[in-house]
Parts: sequence; C-alpha cells; structure tokens
Amino acid sequence: MNDKLEYMSKTVTAGKMTRREFMGKAAALGVSAAVASTMFADAARAAGPVKGGTLRQGVQGGESTNTQDPALWASDVPIAGGRHWAEPLLEVGPNGELSGLVAESYEASADAKVWRFKVRNGITFSNGKSVTSEDVMRTMERHSNEDSKSGALGIVKGIESMRTDGDVFEVTLATANADLPYLMADYHLMIQPDGGFDNPAAAIGTGAYILESDEPGVRQVYKRNPNYWNNDVAHYESSEVIVLNDATARTAALQSGQVDMINRVEPKIAQLLDRAPTLSVQNVSGRGHYVFIMHVDTAPFDANELRLALKYAVNRQELVDKILRGYGGVGNDMPINAAYPLFDDSIPQRTYDMKKAAEHYKASGHDGSPIILRTADGAFPGAVDAAALFQQSAQAAGIPLEIKREPNDGYWSEVWNKQPFCCSYWGGRPVQDQMYTTAYLSTADWNDTKFKRPEFDEMLLSARAELDNAKRKEIYSKMGSLVRDEGGLILPMFNDFIDAVSNKVQGYEGDPNGPMMNWYAPHKTWKA
Amino acid sequence: MHPIVKLVAQRLALGLLLLIAASALIFGLTEALPGDAAQAILGQAATPESLANLRAEMGLDRPPVTRYFEWLGGILTGDMGVALTNKLDIATSIQGRMANTLFLAFWAALISVPLAIILGLIAVRYQNRWPDKMISGITLASISLPEFMIAYILIFFFAVKLFWAPSFANISSSMSLLEQLHAIALPVAVLILVVLAHMMRMTRAAILNVMQSAYIETAELKGLSGFQVIARHAFPNAIAPIVNVVMINMAYLVVGVVVVEVVFAYPGMGQYLVDAVVKRDVPVVLACGVIFAAVYIILNIIADVVSIFTNPRLRHPK
Repeated sequence: MNDKLEYMSKTVTAGKMTRREFMGKAAALGVSAAVASTMFADAARAAGPVKGGTLRQGVQGGESTNTQDPALWASDVPIAGGRHWAEPLLEVGPNGELSGLVAESYEASADAKVWRFKVRNGITFSNGKSVTSEDVMRTMERHSNEDSKSGALGIVKGIESMRTDGDVFEVTLATANADLPYLMADYHLMIQPDGGFDNPAAAIGTGAYILESDEPGVRQVYKRNPNYWNNDVAHYESSEVIVLNDATARTAALQSGQVDMINRVEPKIAQLLDRAPTLSVQNVSGRGHYVFIMHVDTAPFDANELRLALKYAVNRQELVDKILRGYGGVGNDMPINAAYPLFDDSIPQRTYDMKKAAEHYKASGHDGSPIILRTADGAFPGAVDAAALFQQSAQAAGIPLEIKREPNDGYWSEVWNKQPFCCSYWGGRPVQDQMYTTAYLSTADWNDTKFKRPEFDEMLLSARAELDNAKRKEIYSKMGSLVRDEGGLILPMFNDFIDAVSNKVQGYEGDPNGPMMNWYAPHKTWKA
Repeated sequence: MHPIVKLVAQRLALGLLLLIAASALIFGLTEALPGDAAQAILGQAATPESLANLRAEMGLDRPPVTRYFEWLGGILTGDMGVALTNKLDIATSIQGRMANTLFLAFWAALISVPLAIILGLIAVRYQNRWPDKMISGITLASISLPEFMIAYILIFFFAVKLFWAPSFANISSSMSLLEQLHAIALPVAVLILVVLAHMMRMTRAAILNVMQSAYIETAELKGLSGFQVIARHAFPNAIAPIVNVVMINMAYLVVGVVVVEVVFAYPGMGQYLVDAVVKRDVPVVLACGVIFAAVYIILNIIADVVSIFTNPRLRHPK
C-alpha cells in the first residue's frame, strides 16, 4: 500500500493527478481523509509554487473609514492591504530571523548607536521612480517629525539624527539599541516616494502587488507587480482583500468557496470548522495577550499585597480552556512568553492558589469593599465572560470583585489607561525590548499599569545596549520577574492567531508575528 | 394653484427646515458621544502628541459651532466635503453606496409589495379559512425571527450546503445584471421575508374594515363574485392605509437594513453610516443622516399625495 501511495504522491508532484483523484484513490486504499489530505498537501508542496490565480482573503477588521496612509493603520484590513503594495526596510520571519526587503543589508557600530541600512540596488516604486536612500530618510522623517500622528511615533522617537550616504541610510540613536532592525520592520514604516509627504495615501510603494481598486470597508484588489525585485515570492496573478467583519459571514464564505483564507476564527467554532473536508484551521501561538490591568499608583492597587492576591486569584487554566477553548497558553503576569527570543523559561509559573490569594488579601489590609473591574465586549473577545470567571475564582478566595460593563464605543479613550482596573489586550511586539519600552518604561505613553521603577528603566536601557545575548537574557529575566512580582499586570493568557485556509491554498506556514502568515500569505502561498 | 401642488410645495419647504433641524440634532448628538475622530482612529495606539497632531490636521481643534456652520454652508452649495478619516470625497463614496442600497431596496420592494398585497387579498377572500391562516402564520413567523437569524439559516442551506447562491453579496459594477442579481439573491430573500408580514397584515386589515360597509353588501347582492367585490369595491377604498404601510416599509428597506448589510457584507449606506459613527467621522454621519431623513420625508409626501388622489372626497374638497 505504501508503494502505491508513494507512487500517487509522485504523480501529484509531477502535476498529473488532481486532488479529487488522489483523495478518491487514497480512500480506496483505506487511508483516512485527514491523512490523505495532508499527504496531498505535502506532495503538492514538493511540486513547488504554482504561478497565477487569485488569492481571496476574507478579513475581519475593515471599515469604510480606512485609509491607505501607513501612519494611520490600526486594524487588520489596512495592514493586510499594505503588505501588498508596500514594504518596510526589513522583514521579521516566522522564527524571528531578519531578512532584507527595501534594505539589502544593514550593519551597526560596535556600541549599537549608529546603524547603516544599504538600500537594495535597482528597485523601483510602482510609479516607476527608483528607490533612493533619500526616500527612506524622508519616510522616517514623516513618521518621527513633530507633526507626526503615526502609530510608529513611539518606535522612531529614539532617533537622534539621520543622514544619507550614497545608497546608505544612516541612523544615529540617542541611546544604544541592539534591536533597532526589528523596529524597522514595523508595518507602519513602509517606504514611500519622498516619504509620502505629498500624498501619504497614494498607495505607491515597492511591494509585490499594485493596487488596482480600493473600496474602503468593502474590498481591495491588487495585481502582481511585474517589476517586483524578487521573483521567488508573490505567485498570484491577482489578490483580493475582502472585508468580512461578521464571524458567521466569514466562515460561510470560506465554506462556500467564495474566499480562500479567513482570519479570526472564533475559538468556540474552530474545532467544528476544522471538521469540514475542504479546509483546515491553522492556529499559531503568538505574542498577543489578554490582560487585566491595575494602576499601581491608585488605591487600592498601590498595595502590592493586594496585587499579588488578585494575581493568585485568577484561574489561568480555566480561562485558557473556557475563553480561548484551548487555543492559547497560560500567562505568567509578565508580557513575555516563549515566542520571544531570549525568554527565560526557568521563571516559575504562577497558578491559581486560593490560600495564597486569601493570605495576601488579608495582609493588604483591604477594607473588603468591592473592587471594581471594568470590562467590555471589545476589550478582547470573551472579555465579559473572562471577567465573570475571574470574579468567581476571586470570590472563592474571599476577594470581592464587582464587574462594571462599559460600552465598546469609546472604551479605548474613556476606560483603558484611565480607569485603575480594566480588561485589555496587547498585540505583542517582535522583541522583548520593544514590548517593555512600549508599556513598562516609566516614560512610556502607553504605560497602562503606571509601572514606574527607576531600576527597571535602568535594566531596560542596559539590556538594549548589550550585544552579548547571554547577559541580555539574564537582564530580561530579572525584568520579567520584577513585573511578574511587583507590577500591575495580571496576564492570565496568551491568545493564538486562528486562521482557516482552503485546501486549494498551498504553502501555509504559521507565523507568530501575526495572523495570515503575518499578512504575507499573498507572497508565500500559492494555489495548487 | 391646485391644492395638491400647494400641499406638495408646503411639505417640501417644511421638509427642508426639518432636514436642517435633523442635521443640527445629529451633529449635536455625535459631538456628545465620548471621544472624537482622532481618538477613534488612533484607538489604543493614541499618544497625547499624535492625538494633538491628528486633531489639528482634521480641524477638530476649532469650536463645534464653527465646524457645523462650515458644513452647513458647504452642503447648501452642494459640497458634502471630505471624510475626516480617509480624506475621500463624501459625495463620491455616498454615490456608490446609495446606488447599492437602492439596488437592493428596489428588487426587494419590486417582489415584496405586489406579493404582500396579493397575499393580503387572498387572505381576505378566504378569511379565517386555511389559506388565510397559512399566509398569516408563515409571514408572522418570518417577521418574528430576527433578520440575522433568517439570514444565517438561508446562508447555511443555500450557500454552504447547496451552493445555489453566494454567502456574501460581492457586487461590483463590472458584473452583468444577472450576476448582480445572483449575488444579492439571499439578502433580497431575507428582506422580503422581513417586510412581507407588515404589509400583508395591513392590506388584510384595511380591506376587512371596508368589507363591513353597506356598499360591499350591495355589491354582493348585485351578484358579484368574492374577488370582484374585493378588487373593484373594497381595495380602491383601502389604498390609503396600505400605501402608508408600503411607504414605511420602503423607507425601512432604504435606511434600516444595516444588519442584513453586515451579515452579507453588502456595501450599502447602513454599514457606511455605522462605521462613520464608530469613528466619529462627523461630516459623513451628517451626510448619511440628512439623506436618510430626506428619504423618509419624500416617501411620506408620496404616501400623502397618493392617499389624496385615491380619495375623491380629498381630491375635490368643498
């Protein structure tokens, strides 16, 4: 039987057998549909990418208010679209490795303060203009100057000066940063002609596809850029991003074959959907996490004993099982997990402990009045239920929690970062430094736990300048423990990205940096 | 001047005032919502610095009253302005969206209005017998289900199981009319099921009311058949209330179908308005609000004019 299957696989690889034939013959040999499906996928992958066809991605997270200005991208559809027409300097791969896009190569001075990025030779924007180091510098200027409203403002703030030198773009940082290349891969920092100053939403970039039509909140259509510099990627003739915000509409569109891939499959239906024979559900553990955040400078959360009590009072495994339906992992009250480079896995995992929670609660001397936890449906998927589960597990430890449900509308402007105890989420960052700099540095705008510790800031800065990875790992371990034991963050779970992909699409590979292969699906997949 | 022309002119003038009042109300309410466009766009990624920059760029740092009158001045000269969020021309965006909304509403109305009236007539003819009970039962059941539920049920059977119709209404101008109709088959079916009961029940009730009159008895005594009595004598006298209900349902088909648009990812006005409200894109909210109000006002005027025309006593007032 094995010989027969092997022969069939070879026939598929040679392109002489269709999926239907293969599945039928495999079934006749007594192979289960799931196994046969995997075998077919492997055989087809071995055949190598097929050029042509159209990829249709059904994506949640698009509004009629979306723009093509990369500085203002915040939801999934603009990011998915942007991956088509634009490129940053560098790309972070699934295993955290960096590779060049607009930048061909880069190098740092020994003190990690001066970084030089060499612009790829001979590449052009989709309007035919060739890409210069000047364009790169103007792009960084637009995101970092005083008029900037860019989502990447926090990332490029550390730049002291910039200059160009032939085809080299040089950045001098105020303080050393060994992770700068990772920051340059941010999806806001798309290289545009003259930095996009005259028309930031023109959708002219160096990407593998060219924008053909854009209806905000409906769909974006792209066609292959014939002049793209890399012929090994971007196999489709055309690619569509279709806005499907309704979860049921999204799964129905995939099941009925109207789209080839969807993002944000709801955990509660993921297993059911996976049973459908024409598609597979793909989950990848990322760096995103769902959190309960306490302001450490506001009573009663200024008492570390109370913070510890609440940290012990949350049943992490229950939340992963019931809110994420197993599509995720437990958190350890620090924003870092194994998906990050230089993660120290020897830090003990905190678990639900009623006795310890009660002890810490008693030691905190709290007056027993209800502690108000604010939540909303939009805080993260399942936030209202998660708050209710937290309330119950805290109740068992004698800690009175009161849930206050807030409207989704205005949650991020009125509740998050304003109220002392609420539900929230973080998307995670490619490296530890960026995550800590974004939300745990004393001076960070998004320090949503109001965690201000000089010794922590010092460690962060020294780790940033440290080029010896062993020493860096040690510093990060200490920082993680400090946030875990004294911070205002209750981090019960890291959520997976859950996509569903039609069997027609080949080459799918999970990427912890983002859903839909970090939105590189139009580049890295193909249709068999 | 003919009294009807005068009435229409009066109604139109009043309607214009009403539109301005509605726009002021919409503006005030949108302003009263927490947060503004800058905060809504930047969301969790907002910093005080980027917020201030974005506000200045959108002109949100100026007082609300100034902004409202600027908008009013613009719209009176036919300029709807550009969206705060993506700088796209609002008139162009609305044109496409409105065309889609009207396309969906037109086909739903074209099928549902005659169907509702015919079913209503049949129900009257066989009052309290099985056809009446069946028609009422089915239409009342379909109106009692939430529209998204009907939509999901139809999607499950006709899109996912049978592959007869697409699960979402992906239409574009490059498609032929037949392809477009195929694309909107399921949303049209849902809308028909939703509006049918109201119009059917009203037709039935209005005609039954007329059927109590003495002249109906006379017609019956003349020897006219059941349907002839209804068609010639009862129906013409029941048109006014029926037209009113038909117009209310047509207005609903234009302005109230956002849930159906979401489920079928149909790019109509409702979805556009909801997105704009969420992002506090005030000029877009105002433009949509005024158009919706205008649709209601115009359909109401039509309903009034039609009821006057169908009633000789109103048509020739003493």
